[in-house]
Amino acid sequence: MQDLSIITNWIHNFLSSLMPGWLTVTVECLLIGLGLLLVYALLALFYIYYERKLCAAFQCRLGPNRVGPWGLLQSFADMFKMLIKELIELKHVDRFLFALAPYLVIIASMLSFAVLPWGNGLQIIDFNIGIFFLIAVSSIGVLGILLAGWSSNNKFTLIGSLRSGAQMVSYELSIGLSVLTMVCLAGTMSVTGIVEQQSDLWFIFKGHIPAFIAFVIYMIAGTAETNRGPFDLPEAESELTAGYHTEYSGMHFGFFYLAEYLNLFIVSGVASLLFFGGWMPLHIPGWDAFNHIMDYIPSVVWFLGKAFALSFVIIWFKWTFPRLRIDQLLSLEWKYLLPINLFNLVLMVVIIVCNLHF
Amino acid sequence: MILLDIFGITNNGLLALTALLTGVALVFLALFLAGLLSPRSFNPQKGEAYECGIPTRGESMSQFKVGYYLFAILFLMFDVETVFLFPWAVRMRELGVQGLLSIAVFFGVLVLGLVYAWRKGALEWK
Repeated sequence: MQDLSIITNWIHNFLSSLMPGWLTVTVECLLIGLGLLLVYALLALFYIYYERKLCAAFQCRLGPNRVGPWGLLQSFADMFKMLIKELIELKHVDRFLFALAPYLVIIASMLSFAVLPWGNGLQIIDFNIGIFFLIAVSSIGVLGILLAGWSSNNKFTLIGSLRSGAQMVSYELSIGLSVLTMVCLAGTMSVTGIVEQQSDLWFIFKGHIPAFIAFVIYMIAGTAETNRGPFDLPEAESELTAGYHTEYSGMHFGFFYLAEYLNLFIVSGVASLLFFGGWMPLHIPGWDAFNHIMDYIPSVVWFLGKAFALSFVIIWFKWTFPRLRIDQLLSLEWKYLLPINLFNLVLMVVIIVCNLHF
Repeated sequence: MILLDIFGITNNGLLALTALLTGVALVFLALFLAGLLSPRSFNPQKGEAYECGIPTRGESMSQFKVGYYLFAILFLMFDVETVFLFPWAVRMRELGVQGLLSIAVFFGVLVLGLVYAWRKGALEWK
C-alpha cells in the first residue's frame, strides 16, 4: 500500500545532489530527530487526552469536552498553559542536579521510544541487541527521578523519590526476567528478529503457559515501572503532595508529565512487541485467506492498535485497584513475582528443550 | 505495507545519538520557549520549600531509611544475573546440554541467594 520509501529516497537523492555526503547524513539525522520530536509530543498529548477520557468514563463523567470538538484540543491547551507558567527559582535546591533531572527522564523515554517497531521497516534504532538496549536506556529514567527528589531539598520529594527508586529498580527485575523468558523463546534480541519470529503466530500463543505468565508479570511490573496506580505511591497525593516532582513548576513539571505518559506508551509498545507480534498482523497457520485479509491492514495500525489496547488495560488497573503500601509493594515483587518469574523461566526452558511450543 | 527505509542509514550508533540529542533538544527548546513566554515575579516566600507553610526545619538532603539501600543491593545482584543470562538465552539452542547444565548451576546459586536473603529477613520491610 503506502510506500514511504519513495519519499525518503527522493529526499535522499535531492539532498545528495545538493551537498556532500556528510552534510546529507547530518540533514537526514535532523529530519529524523524532527519527526521523532513531533511524534513524541503528539503521542504524549494524545495519551493525556486518552487517559482523561477513559478515567471520566470509568467514573461516569464526561471528561474534557470544551476545548475543540469532543475536547480534542484540551491537552494542547494544557501544554500551552504549562509553557506560559512561571518557572519558579527555588532557594535551597541543588541547581545543577535540579536542572539535569528532566533531561535524564526525557532522554530515557526518547531513546526507548526510538527502538519501538512502528511498522514494517518503520523503526529508527535497530541494534542486534535491541530489546536489551531498551531495558538499559529505560533505566536511566530512575536516575532522573532520584535526582529530582534529592536535589529539590524537600522532605516529600526525598521520600517520594526513594520510594520510586526502590519500586522502579525492584520491578525492573521482573521486566528483565519476563523479557529474558521471551528472548529464550525468540532466540534473538533484535527487535526486527523478534517481530519476524512471530510472523506465523504471536508469542503469547506460541509459548502458551510460560508466555502467558510472563505477559501477566510484565503488565504488573510495567504498571509499577511507570509509577501508575495502584503502584503510584511515589506520588501519593494524600501523603506526599506530588512526590518527587513537588518542587518542579511550569514546563519543568511538564517534562515529568510528558515522560510519564510516554512511558505508558513504551511499556504497552514493548508488551505488544514481545507478546503480540509488534507490527505483525494476526496470522493463524493454515488459514491462508484470513492471513491475507489481515495483511491488508497497515502495520502501523496494528502496532498502535495493540499499544492503545494494552494501555487501556493499564489505565483500567488504575481505576480498579486501591493503592498499595510500600511493604506490600516490595513483598509483591520480591516474594511473589520474582520467584514465579524464576520458575517461569525454567518452565520456558523446559518447553523449548522438549520442543513443546507451537 | 508501509515501507520506510530511514534514508538508508545503517549506523545504529548514529541513530541512537540522534534520538539522544532529540531528547536534549526537546527539553532545551521547551525551557527556552517557557523562559520567553512565562512571567517573572519576585517574592522571597516563593523560593521556600513546598512543605507545610511554616519555615522548613533542617536539611532535607539527610539520612534516610536503610531499607531502601538493602533493596538496591538485592536488585544489583539479580540484575547482574539477568545480564549474564541474556547471552545464553540467545544462543540456548546452539549451546545444548552443556550450556544448559552450566547455566543451571549459576541459576541455582542465585536462587540460593534469594532463599538466603529471604531467610535472613532482608525482604521484610520494617
